[in-house]
Parts: sequence; C-alpha cells; structure tokens
Amino acid sequence: MDAAGHEDVSRHMGKYYVVFVALLCLTAVTVGVSYLHLTRPLAITVALIIAAVKAGMVAAVFMHLISEKKVIYAVLILTALFFALLLALPNLTTFEHHSGMPGT
Amino acid sequence: MSETVIPYMVKPHPVTGLPNGKLGIWLFLASEVMLFGALFSSYVLIRIGAPHWPPEGGLSSEILNVPLGTFNTAVLITSSITMVLAWASCKMGSLPRFKMWMSATVFLALVFLVVKYFEYSDKFHHDHFPSHDNFFAVYFLLTGLHGLHIVGGIVVNTFLLTAGSKMWQTDPEHFTNRVENAGLYWHFVDLVWIFLFPSLYLL
Repeated sequence: MDAAGHEDVSRHMGKYYVVFVALLCLTAVTVGVSYLHLTRPLAITVALIIAAVKAGMVAAVFMHLISEKKVIYAVLILTALFFALLLALPNLTTFEHHSGMPGT
Repeated sequence: MSETVIPYMVKPHPVTGLPNGKLGIWLFLASEVMLFGALFSSYVLIRIGAPHWPPEGGLSSEILNVPLGTFNTAVLITSSITMVLAWASCKMGSLPRFKMWMSATVFLALVFLVVKYFEYSDKFHHDHFPSHDNFFAVYFLLTGLHGLHIVGGIVVNTFLLTAGSKMWQTDPEHFTNRVENAGLYWHFVDLVWIFLFPSLYLL
C-alpha cells in the first residue's frame, strides 16, 4: 500500500472509535427512553429520530458517505425518493379509505 | 484468462470515478433498501390497521426479550467497527491484522445468530409461530430476512478470511477493495438492525 493511503486511514481511526462509542450510547438512550413509557406517538418519534441519527453516523463514517463520489449520491437520492414513495403509497390508500367512510 | 477479468476493479472507471465493484455494491444496497422498505411499509400498514399492537395486548417490550435485543444491537455495532478495522488494516498493509479483525467480525456475527436462536426457540416453546398473529408474522419475517443477511455476510467474510485472502499476495489493492465492498454490505446489515430493533422490540 502507498504511504499516502496509510496516513489517510490512520487519520480517521479516532473518528471510527468516536462513532462506535456514540452508537453504543445512543442504543442505551433508546432502551432507556422506552422505560419512560411516553405516549406512543412521542415514543415512536423519539425512537425513530435516534435510529436515524445512528444510521446517519454508520452511513457517513463507517460507509464513508461523507466523502463519496457524486454518482453514489445520485443513486442514493433516487433510492431515498423511491423508499419514501414505498412507505407513503400504501398508507395513503388507507387514509383515503378511512376518510371515504365518515363516522367509521 | 487475463482478458476475461472485469475491468476497473482497482482503478476508478473514467465515467463514474469509482471502481466497478464499489458502484455495483451500492446499486445492490439500493435494491436492498427497496426490499426492506417494502416489508417495513407493510409493517406500518398492518400496525395502523390494527386496533391494538401487539394484537394480543400488552407491549412489544413485554413479549420480546429487550435485554437480548439490546445485547445483539451492541454485538452488531461492535462487528461494524471490527469490519472497519479489518479494512483499515488492509489499507495499512497488514494481512495478519486484517485476519484478526475479520475473525472478530465473523465471530460477532455468529454470536448474533446464537442469541437469535435462543430468542426464536423461546418463542417456539411458547407456541408463538409466525401464524400466531400479525405481530409474530412481522417479527419472524423481518428478523428472519435480516438473519439471512447475517448468514450471507458470514459466508462472504469467511471467504475473504480464508481462500479469498490469497489475492493479497498477487493484487493487494483489489483485495482491499473487496474487503471494502464486503464492509459496505455489512454496515448496511447493521443499519437495518438499527431500525428493526426499536420498531419491533421497543415501540
């Protein structure tokens, strides 16, 4: 391996350990919050925000997305768009279903 | 044979700026997002439609084993850092260190599966099969598919650790790229669990 690559990796090692500890702490926070017995919508919001932060850290640092090529970003933007559609479409149909039946 | 080799496995492709393998694994991961996304979407739909969740009453955290789930989350997070360290060892030119960290990754993946085995057998012991109700159907389908991904990761990582590591002698940069691609997949499997654990066990 070239010396530049060697140096580049050693510079990032600290960051990997910080993210590792942060991920463990956030796992403890998620479990801790679940014992507070918050109302369900609030509990879901908090848990999903923590999960999104954890996922963001894994993707940005462990998967090196923070310094990735444009073509990967393009692929991921498309993926995110279709993922959002996938989540929204079936659930939108249920909302329509309910609103179409007043009083039910 | 050399003319049949896939081009641009080490050097970046002039159009994409990436080695072909890396673009390939990202496209595969995009398809994986859609696979898990479709199932997650179904889960949300089933939950919204249910008068109570879990259907049999109580809380998810009372039905599933939260301490074991938390332990497994920590196991997967640790296996993600050992995977990064395995790749970094290749980058820094040390095959023995790569082998050490990659063995740790495979070991932790096996620990995850053993814990899952105990969780599953406890559920089966109480007659809680996927056919029991929607809660268990969703639980077994999502964790089962995730478990299959863990098995896939173990197979690839074990190959890189054993027969696959011979490539280190002939083409260390190509081998390092393979480890990086296996790592991207492995982190994705960790990432899916990061969402599955709270959604299934805690909410």
